[in-house]
Amino acid sequence: MELELKELRADLQSLTQSLPDPSHHALLRKIQLRVEDLANLAAAAPVRRSKVEDMSAEVVDSNPYSRLMALQRMGIVENYERIRDFSVAIVGIGGVGSVAAEMLTRCGIGRLLLYDYDKVELANMNRLFFRPDQVGMTKTDAAVQTLSDINPDVVLESYTLNITTVTGFETFMSSLKNKSFRPDKQGSGVDLVLSCVDNYEARMAVNQACNELSQTWMESGVSEDAVSGHIQLLIPGETACFACAPPLVVASGVDERTLKREGVCAASLPTTMGVVAGLLVQNTLKLLLGFGQVSPYLGYNSLKDFFPTMQMKPNPQCSNVACLKRQEEYMLAKPARDAAAKAKMEAEAPTEEGPLHQDNEWNISVVDDIELDIPDTRSSDVLPEGLTHELPTADEFHKATLDAPVVDNDDLEDLRRQLEAINSA
Amino acid sequence: MEGWDPNTKSTLTQIPLLTRKAGPRDGAAWTQRLKEEYKSLIAYTQMNKSNDNDWFRISAANPQGTRWTGKCWYVYNLLKYEFDLQFDIPVTYPSTAPELELPQLDGKTQKMYRGGKICLTVHFKPLWAKNCPRFGIAHALCLGLAPWLAAEVPILVDSGMIKHKDDTATTSTES
Repeated sequence: MELELKELRADLQSLTQSLPDPSHHALLRKIQLRVEDLANLAAAAPVRRSKVEDMSAEVVDSNPYSRLMALQRMGIVENYERIRDFSVAIVGIGGVGSVAAEMLTRCGIGRLLLYDYDKVELANMNRLFFRPDQVGMTKTDAAVQTLSDINPDVVLESYTLNITTVTGFETFMSSLKNKSFRPDKQGSGVDLVLSCVDNYEARMAVNQACNELSQTWMESGVSEDAVSGHIQLLIPGETACFACAPPLVVASGVDERTLKREGVCAASLPTTMGVVAGLLVQNTLKLLLGFGQVSPYLGYNSLKDFFPTMQMKPNPQCSNVACLKRQEEYMLAKPARDAAAKAKMEAEAPTEEGPLHQDNEWNISVVDDIELDIPDTRSSDVLPEGLTHELPTADEFHKATLDAPVVDNDDLEDLRRQLEAINSA
Repeated sequence: MEGWDPNTKSTLTQIPLLTRKAGPRDGAAWTQRLKEEYKSLIAYTQMNKSNDNDWFRISAANPQGTRWTGKCWYVYNLLKYEFDLQFDIPVTYPSTAPELELPQLDGKTQKMYRGGKICLTVHFKPLWAKNCPRFGIAHALCLGLAPWLAAEVPILVDSGMIKHKDDTATTSTES
């Protein structure tokens, strides 16, 4: 821009000098003035901040990370700058996902992968993040536009696709596996997947991918009446997967039958969406940077300002094959895990110095509270107050018919032709 | 199944149930499931024809059987209203039902998600979840799409959102 204007000025100058007819000079002078105006406008335009090589804790107005690095001085986070090593994938860039993306961008996360197939609409303007001038853009493109302006240090990748379709899912999986950002890291190419989608099908697709990749993820949701929401941490094999138990919803506290359900237009509030995005990213930061307690499940009922929490163990009869595989791996790793925990305990606890009490008249002894590893199939059926299931579980059906070897002489192509024949009859 | 009309109920009992729980990423198991889908669709289509209640055509749009296209129609006030029908088999099928799409009606009714996906949340999704993996494409059409058309087409016609295809050509001669 600057260069273009400079060239334009030079061109005008030479034109003025080369024109013998002075009658044109007034007009040329006018053009020159306009160029000066444009130059002034260009100079006043907002400048993009340049990239920052290292996060500094220096307290100056121009340091975008001073307030974040102060978390170390306050003793909350041990090493904040580690955040630059983390990759987070956000699926669904809507009311929750876009705000979560902005929060992580402002926190200086290393890399964000954004997935959505939708476009920005005026009907989205009751929520945060997107602007009316972005209407018509894909949500992923609009998000990259805004986020790269806010913090150019963040590596942004956008994927405009539907993860529930076969091809979309394959791209989703391979993008999660891509380790080019931090090749030396263990596991997949991302540290965490955040599900911010608005439907059961997409959640099940995220669940499938994460179970297959043994990828830790967090699920979030806001009810369609806009007054409640939840976040949930899912560690394949260790906690319940999304298919282990029918999806949970926070009971709204009003009789479900009185709710009006005309059409599919869900209600939404920037407040509830903002609260849920905040809870989600707070849990993300705690998990990644290792501070505080990471919530396994946190519900939010805004009508009563009630925040139920709970833990869910994986269902040993989960219908998801990959989940069962992860559960088995988790069980096999138990001795190693126990040994590590014991070593840690011993390293931290001071060596015991003799019995605490000299006499023990009543023979009181402390019993080890080992967790019994008996799979409790009912564990995920018992829900704390305020939570309900969204969908029923599948009925039992005769497994015997399945296990019996199926005599199958049908030919797929033949069946296809049969259907076509009936269709055209 | 309370609240369903006896007709739908008796039709449903005659559609062959499926047994294999397999999705499009399950290789040979998916081929087996696909065969079951075909058998159940063939039986349902045949049944509709013999009961004089033929109301859809559907066939796989790719060899893997993960995308399906066709037509469905509904007769209202003696006029036949026909729509394109399409859907993908989701990667998590059959844990999740296919999302049936009527792209021509996109934006014309509230009972629809973007892209023309009909709303199945209340009347169908719980049934599908309860009967996984025994329900297949034929059941989704019978219990998901058919009641949706029966509820929505009359409203769409009466409110003038959709017109019969002959309506534009002639005005008085057609009934």
